Amino acid sequence: MNAIYILWLRQLKRYSRSRARIVGSLGQPLLFLVALGFGFGPVFQKAGVGNYLEFLTPGIVAMTILFTSVFSGMEIIWDKQFGFLKETLVAPVPRINIMLGRTLGGATVATLQGCLVLAISYVAGFRVVNLSSLPFAFIFMVLIALSFTAFGTAIASILDDMQGFQLIMNFLVMPLFFLSGALFPLEGLPKALGIVTTLDPLAYGVDGLRGALIGVVHFGMLTDFLVLGVLASALLLIGSFLFSKIQI
Amino acid sequence: MSEKAIIQVKNLTKKFNGFSAVDNISFEVQKGEIFAFLGPNGAGKSTTIKMLTTLLSPTDGKMLINGYNPVDEQNEVRSSFGIVFQDPSLDDELTAYENMEFHAVLYSLPSKIRKARIEELLKIVELWERRKSLVKTFSGGMKRRLEIARGILHHPKILFLDEPTLGLDPQTRNYIWSYIKNLNQKEDVTVFFTTHYMDEAEKIAQRIAIIDHGKIIASGTGNRLKIQTKTDSLEDAFLTLTGRSLREEDASALDHMRMRRRVWGR
Repeated sequence: MNAIYILWLRQLKRYSRSRARIVGSLGQPLLFLVALGFGFGPVFQKAGVGNYLEFLTPGIVAMTILFTSVFSGMEIIWDKQFGFLKETLVAPVPRINIMLGRTLGGATVATLQGCLVLAISYVAGFRVVNLSSLPFAFIFMVLIALSFTAFGTAIASILDDMQGFQLIMNFLVMPLFFLSGALFPLEGLPKALGIVTTLDPLAYGVDGLRGALIGVVHFGMLTDFLVLGVLASALLLIGSFLFSKIQI
Repeated sequence: MSEKAIIQVKNLTKKFNGFSAVDNISFEVQKGEIFAFLGPNGAGKSTTIKMLTTLLSPTDGKMLINGYNPVDEQNEVRSSFGIVFQDPSLDDELTAYENMEFHAVLYSLPSKIRKARIEELLKIVELWERRKSLVKTFSGGMKRRLEIARGILHHPKILFLDEPTLGLDPQTRNYIWSYIKNLNQKEDVTVFFTTHYMDEAEKIAQRIAIIDHGKIIASGTGNRLKIQTKTDSLEDAFLTLTGRSLREEDASALDHMRMRRRVWGR
């Protein structure tokens, strides 16, 4: 237990000490929010679907969490050779505790980043429809963060070096984001695309967040919660298993 | 196998896709001894250390570390040794003290003795004054010293050092070795180190095993190796045994990462 706690604490300490990185990592979501939010706003309005910034913000929050989580999981590729992780791999601590500590730490950081983006979106004019449903939004943020940190960990446990990183980004992470409905409504899509989006786990995260923040849902919040809950558990299991098999 | 041996290795083999990185080696290290594994790059030194320290499972052979088997008594083995890796494994964003504290928690050092022990060791490696500095502000030599102090923190029986002085200047190298010798006596810890510097092996180690192409080709004291090969220096002995001095290898994925690390400084 101590090992899990101190690994978690380490991630938080690192996060709080790297102000430059925090600010830097907010640049992309902010750009998306402003450029897309205000850029597509008028078209969206004309189509009669409502306020695009309002629609987009939950998607951008999900995007922030997705990227931060996957990166933090995949940092393990580096960490197992040049970082601190190697030190933990020879310690008399069960591998699963190390994996859990690290994943919880990474997920906490990703959730914090998501909260920061949500706070910033207020400056751009976003408003949460019903403040009492904020705890639900928080739950969805945590589930997204846990799932994708574990996902990154699982991949990093298999990969030996950073060469495969670009491949994962372009063929897994980017499609996860673009097909999740973070940027567009899932209603009335061409049939094939519609099917693909229902297979994208992030779509349920975005949908849940949207439900909690602006009261608009596609799949239904209970479905979202169940899908993400099962996904997070499964990925944590797979991640732990692969992590325990790491040989250097 | 003798009673006093703290590391016992018999017919140890590691194959990667049919290629034998370590090929049927056997040796023993006595308690309290300083033992050197000497060999050119790619000889199988690091692979051997990884197997001894539970990071890699062997293809074949037997090992006993402090009486435990690294394959199925991992926790007992892991508590028995401390290690300084070839590539630094400190957390740069944490302070020297925090790095030590972290290690103490991982190895379940009781919190009562934790503080005193960390202070004692940081003083030995002359980093106590810098305990509150972030590790990223440290020089290569300081990082190594901190890693050595950390490796010994939980009172291990054995200290593994994988190329501990690689990339350090001669003065720093001397310092590092004086700390290690000091700890070897003060803490009664057995030291197993790998190096490709002949002078280091000869000066520091009580016994040396020369490894090349995954095989131990000679072992004994520095003097015995010289007599055996009828040469005056260990360097000549080494060349006589391994046949040539220069070894060209294809860069591995790890080398690529090391390179990127140098370029990007992370």
